[in-house]
Amino acid sequence: MSQVIARAETHSMPAVATERGERAVFCGLTSIIWLHRRIQDAFFLVVGSRTCAHLLQSAAGVMIFAEPRFATAILGERDLAGMADCHEELDRVVSELLARRPDIRRLFLVGSCPSEVIKLDLANAAARLQGLHENRLRISAFSGSGIETTFTQGEDQCLASMVPDLPAAPEADQRLMVVGTLADIVEEQFRRHFSLLGIDEVDFFPASRADDLPSVGPGTRILLAQPYLSDTVSALTKRGAKLIAAPYPLGVQGTLGWFQAAAAEWGSAPDAVREALAIPIARAHKSLAKVKESLQGRSIHFLPDSQLEIPLARFLRDECGMSLLEVATPYLDQSLMADELRQLGEGVSLIEGSDLDSALSRVRANRPDLTVCGMGIANPLEAEGLRTKWSIELIFTPIQGFDQAADLAGLFARPLVRERQLEVGSWS
Amino acid sequence: MELTLWTYEGPPHVGAIRIAASMRDVHLVLHAPQGDTYADLLFTMIERDGRRPPVTWTTFQARDLGSSTAEMVIETLRGACERYQPQVLLVAESCTGELIQDQPGALAKGAGLSAPVIPIEMAAYTRKENWGASETFYQLVRGLLAGRVPKPGEEVAARSPERPPSVNLIGPTKLGFRCRDDVIEITRLLASMGVDVNVVAPLDASPRDLLRIPEADANVNLAPEVGDLTCDWLRRQFKQPTISTVPMGWGATQDFIAEVSDTLGLEIDPKSIGGSRLPWYSRSVDSTYLTGKRVFIFADGTHALAAARMARDEMGFEVVGLGTYSRERARDVRALADEYGLQALITDDYLAVERAVAELQPELVLGTQMERHIAKRLGIPCAVISTPAHVQDYPARYSPQMGFEGSNVIFDTWVHPLIMGLEEHLLTMFRDDFEFNDGAVPSHLGAEGGGSQQPESVVPMIAPEPSAVAWAVSAEKELRKIPFFVRGKARRNTEHFAMEQGLTVIDVETLYEAKAHFSR
Repeated sequence: MSQVIARAETHSMPAVATERGERAVFCGLTSIIWLHRRIQDAFFLVVGSRTCAHLLQSAAGVMIFAEPRFATAILGERDLAGMADCHEELDRVVSELLARRPDIRRLFLVGSCPSEVIKLDLANAAARLQGLHENRLRISAFSGSGIETTFTQGEDQCLASMVPDLPAAPEADQRLMVVGTLADIVEEQFRRHFSLLGIDEVDFFPASRADDLPSVGPGTRILLAQPYLSDTVSALTKRGAKLIAAPYPLGVQGTLGWFQAAAAEWGSAPDAVREALAIPIARAHKSLAKVKESLQGRSIHFLPDSQLEIPLARFLRDECGMSLLEVATPYLDQSLMADELRQLGEGVSLIEGSDLDSALSRVRANRPDLTVCGMGIANPLEAEGLRTKWSIELIFTPIQGFDQAADLAGLFARPLVRERQLEVGSWS
Repeated sequence: MELTLWTYEGPPHVGAIRIAASMRDVHLVLHAPQGDTYADLLFTMIERDGRRPPVTWTTFQARDLGSSTAEMVIETLRGACERYQPQVLLVAESCTGELIQDQPGALAKGAGLSAPVIPIEMAAYTRKENWGASETFYQLVRGLLAGRVPKPGEEVAARSPERPPSVNLIGPTKLGFRCRDDVIEITRLLASMGVDVNVVAPLDASPRDLLRIPEADANVNLAPEVGDLTCDWLRRQFKQPTISTVPMGWGATQDFIAEVSDTLGLEIDPKSIGGSRLPWYSRSVDSTYLTGKRVFIFADGTHALAAARMARDEMGFEVVGLGTYSRERARDVRALADEYGLQALITDDYLAVERAVAELQPELVLGTQMERHIAKRLGIPCAVISTPAHVQDYPARYSPQMGFEGSNVIFDTWVHPLIMGLEEHLLTMFRDDFEFNDGAVPSHLGAEGGGSQQPESVVPMIAPEPSAVAWAVSAEKELRKIPFFVRGKARRNTEHFAMEQGLTVIDVETLYEAKAHFSR
């Protein structure tokens, strides 16, 4: 493991309580929605049921996308009863698909709950199909099933499935690999900022083109842009890459800490980083100050959903003055979250897992000013007079980096501003 | 295995949720993994429901498989009964639940629960959402009323003469198309006939309300996709006749009034029962431009059938395509298509519908949200007439589809996407004026993103065929004098014509030859 910049603050870690019970989260298939916007020549073929297809089109309101680069191969009774050979059927469906979409450079076969339960080996299928379409495109498989993955973990599985395809990097080259889906505009900003720090050897993974695969080797330094990438990190470290321990680039402090951690690997001191990035930092503080007024002193409760809860909570408390009533996350990787947990410190009610009804009871009892939750729960809480922020927006909106810090705070401020402004009654 | 980009219907358990969510004091336990909980948002986001659907999910994970999933079912059932105290507990499983064969229905029966249990078999790999809704509602009604079916030979007590005649409204649900407003409209219509509504179900009904169903004189099958099975059972078991005319459109509303009168033995002159503006609006001179407009219709069975009749008989359109994704209604839709001289399109393949629209080049598409997107891509005006619907199809205002007000609403909805008569006239007159240039969109379509405001991600699913014929400069110039809203069609027709004639270059003569050819 690389050298981690010693932090001045040495807070104790918060205690984590575990809850088990009913969960109200999307499955990993949902990741396809943002992954297919990011990797613009990739196609995601879910092998699953009508439910999977219905989820994809409902969950993200994706009917707005005219031309989807995802589809579902729906298993029918014939497939389940063994009357049709699933692999032959899959070959047929893939040929049909590729004939219609010659522009596709990468195909992901995406496993679902039904395909996992019937033990359909999609990795094997991908290898076989790769043989059939060898010079045409790359084909790999990952699971987005709800029995194995929660919401953002689908991205983790997708990226991990691409790691074996990354070319080997020369031993001596030290390169930075920023891992996790980011909006193009954020990638461009980050490239400019890295350049100010004298780091030009930067790759983003995934890139917007499927064929732009960064090389990986012992010189690779991983900097995570998203916190939910445990399996991807372990696949990359197996190929020699080293993870830079860092906070996540949410808010001014998070982003600064993130750049400082990376720059330390290139021999820059924290103060030098702060100086080099003084202009975007000042700009971020200035625009954040305006939004902060609406958040200062307000309370917030995170229901478990996106796995972004911990860095978001840290940002909203430390930079926006909010108080944290409860921070729940569906799954907690202590090592990837170590930096964030240290900053969060003791005294925060932190929960891993979910028991929906009891969590909602606590929300009703505590009546936070704002509850962060999944889309299915938001309006019912609003109807009870509680203000909410639905968390999927946090995934679709560019929120990372200095210039997005105020936008991020704005997502939380808007429901509160709206509450002050509206002079109408409530749901009846 | 079937390749699907978009689906017209969700899986059958979503139909079961629609029944539970429509009702009061019913709770549904679904044996399903966590991802399936997305279904909540259909109700809370798309229909803006302020109440979570009354569903508890077992949300089993991979680590639970093979050991503890059956225990989770029992635990979840007990928890749901205790917390929600429903009058009836429905138990079902989603597609994945079905595969692991825990048989939650049997588990529930043996769990000694405080609420009566009705298990529903979902057949997730062969059936779809509307079937699931229909089956769930049927099982629920049957489960509650089976013990009250009159014995053979036993007469159903006649309604006392003091009580006014009454009917049940069967079939309206949450996530149906304008069901909320249709119930209000039809209740009003029936009230004006002196007919009471006994029970509306499933929408807003409790299981106790369902027990009162046999008290009515007849059942109005308001949403056949959901109500058919139940109405049929009630007819056979309780001798309750089914009123099967769906009162959508002016003519159908007249027929509905007549059928209600006949069934209940009332003496009512349909003309005395309120009225609609549709007949006059359709006869007013501005509407002459509607004559023969070529429309393509694709919807659920009920809305497709009603729209076809309205389009031809009440709007004066020409129906050039008619289809449905409801296989259960295929026979009816085929029969009507036959009558219209058309081949019905019975499919749930979105791409097949897109191909049909692209080939037919209609002037108006009446469809679901899917067809709205197809039409948008192809630059054809469109109105949404059926589910699958989106948040915008659950409007704040009162906008029924049924009864006389429904026919008013539909008249407006179909006419608005079109360029209106006066506007068409002015556009022709001022076509060289700067405000009426090619990019200008009819004023009321500003938000629909015509003209140059196409979203960036819009790519035609079917690539336009490269044209094999060339346009002479003079012909191209002449083409530009044709109003822009018919220019695309003129271009396609001319190219079509030229290719048929084996021409390689289109000149001004070809353009007019083609015009003459297609004007018939």
